[in-house]
Amino acid sequence: MAIRSFLFLPLLFFSSLNPILSLYEDQVGLMDWHQQYIGKVKQAVFHTQKTGRKRVVVSTEENVIASLDLRHGEIFWRHVLATNDVIDGIDIAIGKYVITLSSGGSILRAWNLPDGQMVWESSLQGPKHSKSLLLVPTNLKVDKDNVVIVFTNGRLHAVSSNDGEVLWKKDFEAESLDDQQVIQPPGSDLVYVVGFAASSQFEMYQINARNGELLKHESAAFSGGFLGEVSLVSSETLVALDSTGSILLTISFHNGKISFQRTPISNLVEDSLGPAVITPSSVTGIFSLKVNAITVFIRVIGEGKLEVLEKTNHKTAVSDALSISEGKQAFALIQHAGSEIRLTVKTADDWDGNLLKESIKMDQQRGLVHKVFINNYIRTDRSYGFRVLIVMEDHSLLLLQQGEIVWSREDGLASIVDVTTSELPVEKDGVSVAKVEHNLFEWLKGHMLKLKGTLMLASPEDMVAIQSMRLKSSEKSKMTRDHNGFRKLLIVLTRAGKLFALHTGDGRIVWSHLLQSLHKPQVCQHLIGLNLYQWQVPHHHAMDENPSVLVVGRCGPSLDAPGVLSFVDTYTGKELSSLSLVHSVAQVIPLPYTDSTEQRLHLLIDADQRAHLYPKTPEAIGIFQREFSNIYWYSVEDDNGIIKGHALKSKCTCEVADEFCFDSRELWSVVFPSESEKIIATVTRKLNEVVHTQAKVIADQDVMYKYLSRNLLFVATVAPKASGEIGSVTPEESWFVAYLIDTVTGRILHRVTHHGSQGPVHAVFSENWVVYHYFNLRAHRYEMSVIEIYDQSRADDKDVWKLVLGKHNLTSPISSYSRPEVITKSQSYFFTHSLKAIAVTSTAKGITSKQLLIGTIGDQVLALDKRFLDPRRSVNPTQAEKEEGIIPLTDSLPIIPQSYVTHAFRVEGLQGIVTVPAKLESTTLVFAHGVDLFFTQLAPSRTYDSLTEDFSYALLLITIAALVAAIFVTWILSERKELQEKWR
Amino acid sequence: MKTTEVIVAFILTLSLMSFPSLGFQSDELLVDDEEFGLEGAPQPRSPEPIPTRSQPVTTPTRKRHSDLDSDSKIQFSLDHAFGDSDFSPAGTFSARLKTWSHGGQTLTKLRFSRNSFTDGEKEKFKNLLESDDFYRIRLPSNVLSPPGRDFIFSSVKARCLPREGLDEHFVIHMEGINVLAVNYGSPGSCPYPRNLKLPAKWSFNSHTVLKNSEQAPRAPIFTEEILGGENGEGEVVLPPERSFWAKYWMYLIPLGLIVMNAITQAMNLPEEQATGQVPAQGQPSGGAVQRGPSSAVRRR
Repeated sequence: MAIRSFLFLPLLFFSSLNPILSLYEDQVGLMDWHQQYIGKVKQAVFHTQKTGRKRVVVSTEENVIASLDLRHGEIFWRHVLATNDVIDGIDIAIGKYVITLSSGGSILRAWNLPDGQMVWESSLQGPKHSKSLLLVPTNLKVDKDNVVIVFTNGRLHAVSSNDGEVLWKKDFEAESLDDQQVIQPPGSDLVYVVGFAASSQFEMYQINARNGELLKHESAAFSGGFLGEVSLVSSETLVALDSTGSILLTISFHNGKISFQRTPISNLVEDSLGPAVITPSSVTGIFSLKVNAITVFIRVIGEGKLEVLEKTNHKTAVSDALSISEGKQAFALIQHAGSEIRLTVKTADDWDGNLLKESIKMDQQRGLVHKVFINNYIRTDRSYGFRVLIVMEDHSLLLLQQGEIVWSREDGLASIVDVTTSELPVEKDGVSVAKVEHNLFEWLKGHMLKLKGTLMLASPEDMVAIQSMRLKSSEKSKMTRDHNGFRKLLIVLTRAGKLFALHTGDGRIVWSHLLQSLHKPQVCQHLIGLNLYQWQVPHHHAMDENPSVLVVGRCGPSLDAPGVLSFVDTYTGKELSSLSLVHSVAQVIPLPYTDSTEQRLHLLIDADQRAHLYPKTPEAIGIFQREFSNIYWYSVEDDNGIIKGHALKSKCTCEVADEFCFDSRELWSVVFPSESEKIIATVTRKLNEVVHTQAKVIADQDVMYKYLSRNLLFVATVAPKASGEIGSVTPEESWFVAYLIDTVTGRILHRVTHHGSQGPVHAVFSENWVVYHYFNLRAHRYEMSVIEIYDQSRADDKDVWKLVLGKHNLTSPISSYSRPEVITKSQSYFFTHSLKAIAVTSTAKGITSKQLLIGTIGDQVLALDKRFLDPRRSVNPTQAEKEEGIIPLTDSLPIIPQSYVTHAFRVEGLQGIVTVPAKLESTTLVFAHGVDLFFTQLAPSRTYDSLTEDFSYALLLITIAALVAAIFVTWILSERKELQEKWR
Repeated sequence: MKTTEVIVAFILTLSLMSFPSLGFQSDELLVDDEEFGLEGAPQPRSPEPIPTRSQPVTTPTRKRHSDLDSDSKIQFSLDHAFGDSDFSPAGTFSARLKTWSHGGQTLTKLRFSRNSFTDGEKEKFKNLLESDDFYRIRLPSNVLSPPGRDFIFSSVKARCLPREGLDEHFVIHMEGINVLAVNYGSPGSCPYPRNLKLPAKWSFNSHTVLKNSEQAPRAPIFTEEILGGENGEGEVVLPPERSFWAKYWMYLIPLGLIVMNAITQAMNLPEEQATGQVPAQGQPSGGAVQRGPSSAVRRR
C-alpha cells in the first residue's frame, strides 16, 4: 500500500497544481458546438414595413420571443422568458415595437423590433383571474398615443404603446364575465367586449375606446349553455357551440341587439356523431368546424344563414386572415394528401377562386401541419405573392414560398425530454487507395502548416488556414467509431415524440424519426411521459448487429393509462417494432442482464406494482428466473410521503395467463410524518457508473474503504410550510432533512437535519458521496453540502498479513442484509449561485478525478472540482494532507471564471446536463440541453493519457530526422578524427 | 470437535455475561440518541470471536436520567408475519414519553418484550428458513395513536436471524412521536450464500436502538479566524519534520550509485593498469603490423 501511495502522491500533486481548466481563444469550436433553437411556435407576426419585411416575430411554447430572418430562418434576436412567464399573445404596434403579453396577462412588454431591446414594461393587475386577450388596433388614438387594448384578470386596460402607461381601465369585477373576445371595429372609437356569464348568459359591453366609458351593456340568456371556443365571423357576429356540442349558435349583436340563431350540426353534416369543435380563425364570414375527423368550412350569409362550403376528411390547417387590399382578405389552407401537402390561398369572399395552389413534397418524419401563418409580398411582376410559415407536428418550423421549402428549423430540439448515446458503426475494411493518397497529401500539407505555426513562421493567411483546418477537421465528424470514443451518436427524444440522432463531432442531425406508431390516434390520444433506454448495445456482435433504443411512453395523463413501447435502430433511425401495452408503465427498470443477442432485460412496473419482463422471450425468462430472488426495487410516493421497497413474489395471478408478468410484495416502507416532512428530491447513483477502487488512501498512508452500494437512495425532505418560495417562511419553521436509504432493506444509513434551510434541493450522487444544494435562510445564502459514506467493516482489511495469509474478506460477497457499519463525513460550504441542474463527470474507468458540473441560473455550465467539496478539508491541512490534495478550508466555494465549460455561450433555458464517458480515460463528453444545445469534451485532470490535438507530429519527425542526421555527421566526424589520431 | 465445544462454551458465557436474564429478553438499551448516533455501533457484534473494533458490551444499567417528572409511559406493539401471511402481535415496546418545555415530545428508555414463538410459529419460521423467505415485521407510524398514517414495514431474509438463538436488531428512526422507519435485521453480518441453519434455541436476543436526526454541521464562517490561523499554520509546519533519509532519498540513491560506480572504476583502474600491460605492449606491435603497409604507402 505504501508503494502504491508513493506512486499516487506525485500524480495527485501534479493535478493539484492545475486546478483550473480553461480554453484558449483559438480552441473554441474545436471540440464543442452550440446550437440555438426557439421551440414550437405558438404565434407568428409578420412585419410589413420597409426593413422589417424580411423578418417575422414569433412566440413559442418554450417562452421565447424571437425575430427570425425570412430568407434563411436565422435568429436576429431572441429572448427567453422565465418558465413561469408564459406568453399569452404578441403583436406589433406602431410599426416598431413588438408587444408581448405574458405571465397570465399580468406583464405587458414592448421590445424594439430591429434589435430586440426592451422599451418598456408595465404590470397589469386585476381583481380576478380570467383569460387574457391582447388587441393592437391599427389606428386608434387617445391623445395622439397609439393604444394597446388588453383584457386581463377581469379588467380592460388601454395602454399607450409609446411608453406603456395605462391610459384608462375598466373593471368587470362585479360581473362574473368569462371574456371571450375583444373587438374593435376598424375606423370606430368603440371597443366591444363579449363573453359568457354564469355559463348560459351572453354578455356584450360597448365601451368608448377614448376614455373607457361604458356606453352600452346588453345580455341575453341561452338555455343550452356554451362550450369552449367562439369564432368571430364579422365585427358583429360570432359563432359558438352549445354545451352539448351539437347545436351551432350564430350570435349577432348588431347595434347592441343580441340575437341567437340555432342550427343543429346534423343539418350541416349528415353523419355527425361526436361533439363538434370550432377551430378559431379570423377570416371574415367563414369559420371551420371539426366533427369526428371531418373538417367543414361554413360561410355565414347575413342574418344567421349558413352555407357549407367544403367538407374534407383530409387533415387540414387554416391560417388567420391577411388583408391584401381594401376590404379583401386572403387566407391559407393546407391539406395533407399522402406524402404531399397542398397549399391553397383563397380570398374570403370567393371560395372557389384560388389565388395560389401549390403542392409540396413533405418529409413524412415531420408529421401533420399544426399551424399556418400567411404573409404576402410583391413579386417582381408587381403581382401578389404569398409565403406561409408552417409549424409541424414535430415542432419544426418551415417557410414555404413558390412551391418550395425555403428553409426549415428543427425546433423540436428545444424541448428534449431524454438523452442517451449510441456508438457509431465500426470502421469496415476496404478503404480505397485514392482516398488514402488524398488523405496522405492533405495530412502532409496540414502538418507542414502546423509546423510553420509552431515555428512561428506562418503568415496571417496561414494562421487562418490552420484555424479553419482545425475546426473543419473531417476526422471529428466521420460516421465511424474512433479509437478514443469521442465520436458517438447522441440519441435525443423531444417532447413531440421525435427521435433525433446528433453527431457529437459537429452536432449535425444524422437521422430523425417521428414515432408514428405512437402517434396514431387509435393507439394513443395523448402521448406523454416519454423516456428513452438503451435496449441493445452489441459488443460481441458489433460488426453485424446494430444497437437499438427503447422508447417508453404513456397514453394519457393518469398513471394507470396504458403504455406504448417502440424499438428504434440507432444507426439507421428505423423503427424495428412497436408495442402498445395492456398494462400501464409506472417505472422502467433496466436490469443488469442481457440475453444472447445482447438485448438488455427490462422490468416494467405497472401502477398495481406488477412487474412485466421484456423482451418476452423464453431465454429472457430463463435468465430472469435465475436472479429472481435478487431483484428488488423501490417506489416513491411523493404526495403521500412514503417510500416503499418491493421484491418479486410469484407469477401473476391475473385471469389471463402471462408468464412474463410477476406479482410483487412490499418489503419495507419509510413513512415521513406528513406534518413535518415532504419529499422534494430523490437521487440515486447512475446505473452505469464505474468506480476504479474502493480504497481511498488518506494522508497518513491509512486506507478508508468507500461504501459503494448501488442501492443507495438520497432523499431530501422539507417542512411542508417551507416547500414554497424562498423567503416565504422564517428560519425557525423551516428545515430540510437529508437521508441515505438502502433500497434493498429500507435501512436509513444516514439522516441529518439542516435547520433554517429550505429547498429547492438539487443533488448528485456518485461513488460514495452525494452533493446537494439548498438555501440557508439563516445565512441568507445558498449552500452546498457533501456527505461521504465509508465502510467500516472493511477497516480490518488493511492488515497486509491477513492479505498474505488469505484471511481477509475481500472476496466474500456483500449482502445488504448484513448490518452495515458505516461512518459518514460531511461538510457544508456557501455557494453564490442558485442552480438549474447539477451533474458529475464520468469517465471510462473511473480513475480520473471528478468535477461537478453546475448549471447556473445564468444558463451556463460551471465545472467545480470535487476536491473543493471534500468533507476532510480543514483550516490547516498538514503537509501530508496537502500532498494528498486537500485544499485548506474556506467557507465558500470559489467560482473561477475560467472554469465555465460553456465559455462564452449560454444554454438558454438549461434543463439538464448529461455526461458520457469517452474511451479515453481522461476525457468525458458533456451535453447540456435546454432551449439551446451545447456539447463539449472535458478532461477533469487534463489529458494525461494522450497527446493534445495540436501536437505537431511533423516537428517530432523532423526532430528525429535531425537527430539521426546529427548522429551520422558526428559519427563520420569522429571516424575522421580517430583516423587522424591514429596517423599521428 | 473440542475446539468447537470450547467456542460454544465461550459464546455461551459471553452471551450469559451480556444478557444476564435469558428468556424473552427485555434487553434495555440505553438509548441516548446523540451518543449512539455518533458511536454508530454500540451493540455487541455477532458473538463469534472475531477481533473487531466494536465497543465493549453495554451493560443494561449504565445510566439513568434523574429527571423523569414530565414523563409518561407508553406502549406500542410489534407485529410480525411469516412470508405472505397476515400480521400477528409479536411483542411490545414500552418507552417513556418525554415532553420538552418547548412542546416537542421524544421517546426515551425504550424497552422491548418479545413474545415467544408458539409451536405453530416455529413451524412457520422453519418453513421460511427452508424456502429462504422473508420474515416481516411492522410498527405503527405514530406511537401515540397507532397505527398513525400507515404501518412501517421491514423485512429480512429469515436465514439471517438464527445464531445460537435468534438474534435480531432494531434501529427505530424517530421524529418526535412518529416512527419514520425501522431497520430490522441480524446484529452482525449475513453473508450471501445464506445457509440453512436452525436455531439451537427458539428464543430471541433483541437489541433495540432509537435514533433521532442528527444536526448538520454548519458551514464554517471565517471572520477573524484567518488572521488567528497564522500562528496555527506556523505550528502545523513543524510536525512533518521527516528524517534526512525520507527527505532526500531520491538524491541519495543516485549519489550512492555514482559513488559505487566510481569506487568500482577506481578498483578496476589499478587492475587494468596491472593487467592492461600486455595489451598495452601488444598494441604497438599490432600497430606496427598495421603501420607497416601504411608507412609503406607513405613512403611511396
